[in-house]
Amino acid sequence: MLCTKGIPTAEDLATRIPPEERRKKGPVVMIECFQKIPCNPCYTACKHGAIQKFEDINDLPSVNFDNCNGCGLCISKCPGLAIFVIDETYSETQATVSLPFEFFPLPREGEEVDLLDRSGTKVGRGKVLKVRNGKYEDRTPVITVIVPKELSMVVRNIKVGGDVS
Amino acid sequence: MKKTEIAVIGGGPAGLMASLAAAEMGARVTLIDRNSRLGGQLVKQTHMFFGSEKEYASIRGIDIGKILSAEVLKNPRIETMLDSTVIGYYPDDGVLGVEVEEKTFVKIKPEKVIVATGASEKFLPFENNDLPGIYGAGAVQTLMNEHGVIPGDNVLMVGAGNIGLIVSYQLMQAGVNVKAIIDAAPNIGGYWVHASKVARLGVPIMTSYTVKAAYANELTGALERAVIWQVDNKWQPIPGTEKVLKVDVICISVGLSPLAEILWQAGCKMKYVPQLGGHVALRNENMETTVPGVYVAGDVAGVEEASSAMIEGRLAGLNAAKSLGYDNGTFNEKRREALEQLESLRSGPVGEKIRQGLAQLVS
Repeated sequence: MLCTKGIPTAEDLATRIPPEERRKKGPVVMIECFQKIPCNPCYTACKHGAIQKFEDINDLPSVNFDNCNGCGLCISKCPGLAIFVIDETYSETQATVSLPFEFFPLPREGEEVDLLDRSGTKVGRGKVLKVRNGKYEDRTPVITVIVPKELSMVVRNIKVGGDVS
Repeated sequence: MKKTEIAVIGGGPAGLMASLAAAEMGARVTLIDRNSRLGGQLVKQTHMFFGSEKEYASIRGIDIGKILSAEVLKNPRIETMLDSTVIGYYPDDGVLGVEVEEKTFVKIKPEKVIVATGASEKFLPFENNDLPGIYGAGAVQTLMNEHGVIPGDNVLMVGAGNIGLIVSYQLMQAGVNVKAIIDAAPNIGGYWVHASKVARLGVPIMTSYTVKAAYANELTGALERAVIWQVDNKWQPIPGTEKVLKVDVICISVGLSPLAEILWQAGCKMKYVPQLGGHVALRNENMETTVPGVYVAGDVAGVEEASSAMIEGRLAGLNAAKSLGYDNGTFNEKRREALEQLESLRSGPVGEKIRQGLAQLVS
């Protein structure tokens, strides 16, 4: 599916999902990078020693999840826009997903938006918790959106506006 | 007749880096570009580049273009000629013919030449492929990213290589609807991360599909719909699989071929290497062709990524300067570093095609 549609399968994702134990502890990074391409800025961006140094620049990123504090500084530095931060401890029933979003208009904090999955299909509505769009993000704003907990591994995009239904 | 030590033809990523590297060693450089500004295709690249910090990873192509152009313009050893097209190379006396601002003809005699002319887009034969509304992907990028003009409302993108995927993303950013991205190959040719970016916008990618025909609106004469059909594993279309898409734009992004005319004129030994996009010049590790003193760098030396074009440029610049006796003491180190960077960029699975191509070329 990845090589014909650009959509990772459950098996692809299994190799990248942070361990459940770690997800219970707070925000953590999920790098949806499945192809060996020459690229390493995620390592350079990580200030906590979570994203490991590349032996070969073509390697897939490797993450020490215990070192990751979910700061999300890597999200806007990934040229493939493939990095997300998931927080499954947001509330009893809700999680948050932080994602890169390079579209106008940007959502406002508190605004309700459509939640989209990896194929761009609407899977629900959710409230925007945070919009980071400073000098550091450098035109790749990072949006944190609140999602139902069971959709923490499903929601990977948003649509501003959308249907209220 | 104007004289210079090193003439660099083309001010894109390869030519900019070649000029800077040669000037750094101490050589005098004349950089010639047919556009009114430096940067080549970098100007249209709004996405962040891959690679490592050394190749400006994580910085957008448009910003890399600005950084390198500014360095070139303030370098006292580099003279820049804009709006200047090299229209001939006369190998008998080593003279370049340059048309300046479409008015004057200037002859330049350089001691060394670095050809960094880039590549041009390939096109696709199908019925009515000359209708208004059918563009190359480069033209769409020029319209949108340079002039702020959208090409239409609904687009069929033909080609799922990196350019097709990136331009689709840029179209969606500009508020243009990309109805589908099709590719005759069975798999997506571009980076999967680029494919995932457009997939999560809801743009369907359809592999093993090609364009059958395009049809015009009877009143306006402009493109109104496209018919696509599936191809089998021998690239033959399968009748009965036709689908009609209502689009006012077809964007063709089916690959690039090196702009090698000057190399032919110079008498360089050329070879057809499909993995590198077409006819390319045989060359050695120092980027020097079979004609002594004529170097190549970037897409004209084999169609690849901008990151490797920049390093090839640096390598050609260093070697051309060194051959004139210029070395600021760092030549060996810089040359070794560039060769190592190129090897590491090309060493992974996505570099396989390039490695196969270069194996037929480099002596």
